[in-house]
Amino acid sequence: MNLIDLSWWQLALAAALVVALAVATHMARLGVGRSLLVAAVRTTIQLALVGFVLEALFSVATLGWVALMATVMLALAGREVMARQKRPLKGGWSVGLGTVSMFVSAFAVTILTLTVIVGPTPWYEPQYAIPLLGMMLGNTMTGIALGLDRLTDSVWRQRAVIESRLMLGERWQQAVGDARRDAIRSGMIPIINSMAAAGVVSLPGMMTGQILSGTAPALAVKYQILIMFTITAGTGFGTLFAVIAASRRLFDQRERLRLDRLVLPRD
Amino acid sequence: MTLALGALTVGPVGPIDLEVAPGEIVCLSGPSGAGKSRLLRAIADLDPHQGVVRLGRDEQQQMPGHRWRAQVTMMPAESQWWFDRVGEHFPDGPIDGLAELGIDPAAADWEVSRLSSGEKQRLALLRLLARAPRALLLDEPCANLDKKATERVEALLQSRIREDGLPTLWVSHDPAQISRVADRHLCFEGGRLVEAP
Repeated sequence: MNLIDLSWWQLALAAALVVALAVATHMARLGVGRSLLVAAVRTTIQLALVGFVLEALFSVATLGWVALMATVMLALAGREVMARQKRPLKGGWSVGLGTVSMFVSAFAVTILTLTVIVGPTPWYEPQYAIPLLGMMLGNTMTGIALGLDRLTDSVWRQRAVIESRLMLGERWQQAVGDARRDAIRSGMIPIINSMAAAGVVSLPGMMTGQILSGTAPALAVKYQILIMFTITAGTGFGTLFAVIAASRRLFDQRERLRLDRLVLPRD
Repeated sequence: MTLALGALTVGPVGPIDLEVAPGEIVCLSGPSGAGKSRLLRAIADLDPHQGVVRLGRDEQQQMPGHRWRAQVTMMPAESQWWFDRVGEHFPDGPIDGLAELGIDPAAADWEVSRLSSGEKQRLALLRLLARAPRALLLDEPCANLDKKATERVEALLQSRIREDGLPTLWVSHDPAQISRVADRHLCFEGGRLVEAP
């Protein structure tokens, strides 16, 4: 292990680069300078906080605290799924569906990975459990949010087509089939692309981090492959579940298309 | 079979009581926004509504939505297409009635994106009739058609409606058309249907 410690002034140097970028975008009138700085400050604060939390969690390492941390992460991810949609389902259905889908997919796959594949003792050892779950949630969240957003948006646009199909006596599953397949596909494409490009075009972040912190590349690669596969499974099943459940919610008991169950876009 | 509406209410429209006999064409007219399309949509069970709709002995709310709409079929004013080729919208084989409507017999191979609005409308009618409906809800079926095509569509519809005994609600803005096809003519007045003078 030859890990070089980072000191605060070195981080400040990196921060100066971001500030320089913000100044440049401001001068080019791109209108993102402000949100760039806010995002940079958020990143610093959020990561610093999570650093403290993780240090504390690692030192306690009881199942209860790990579960609490996991629940908080899940709730935040559920909120984020809702925030990323243009026309979410009304009445908490978007948050609920997103959260349940992530719970079913991300939690199941993480626990399976911990108990059957990696096998630390105890199985909920926070050093393994929290990063795994974090990566799983981050990716399933993206897939589910993309899938749901695509579904509600295309159903909104294709309302006339879907209702025409209903008028001809098709079942709701047939009438919404195209929009549903599209939505599932768009939720899964990012993870498929990143698997296809991994190692050739990009070195995945987790592997890079492990190598930087002194892990042998061969071991880092093994972990990366494990993560890729489990993330793909989690994202895929989560998106599948969320899109199918949401498409059911868009129709009522009489198989009518109910766009009044969507929130109108804010802008 | 008779199509019967009992106290049908949807939003500001209704309550409406109406019986349409087998093979009867009831024309509906009224200004835009009077509720003609809303009424048809409620009969097809596409929107939540109150009241009773029956076709013969079948009650709308007693059967699954898709089975009801396969029998009581609505044709919207603007036709929609979802596959690339015309023929794909006719799963049960060759398209009946092309000659009667003056459409090329090779229409099944045409790309939907190349159809004119008149061709779309006529093909949408054939698509609907191909599903053997038992009652028709027609929302301005001749809106995009020239005189010749309108006559052909009227003739085809009238013969199918009489032969198969289909109770039919036909929304139209054209007084001449109404006098040609209607057995009865009702118009909207303040959300209610009244006999047209």
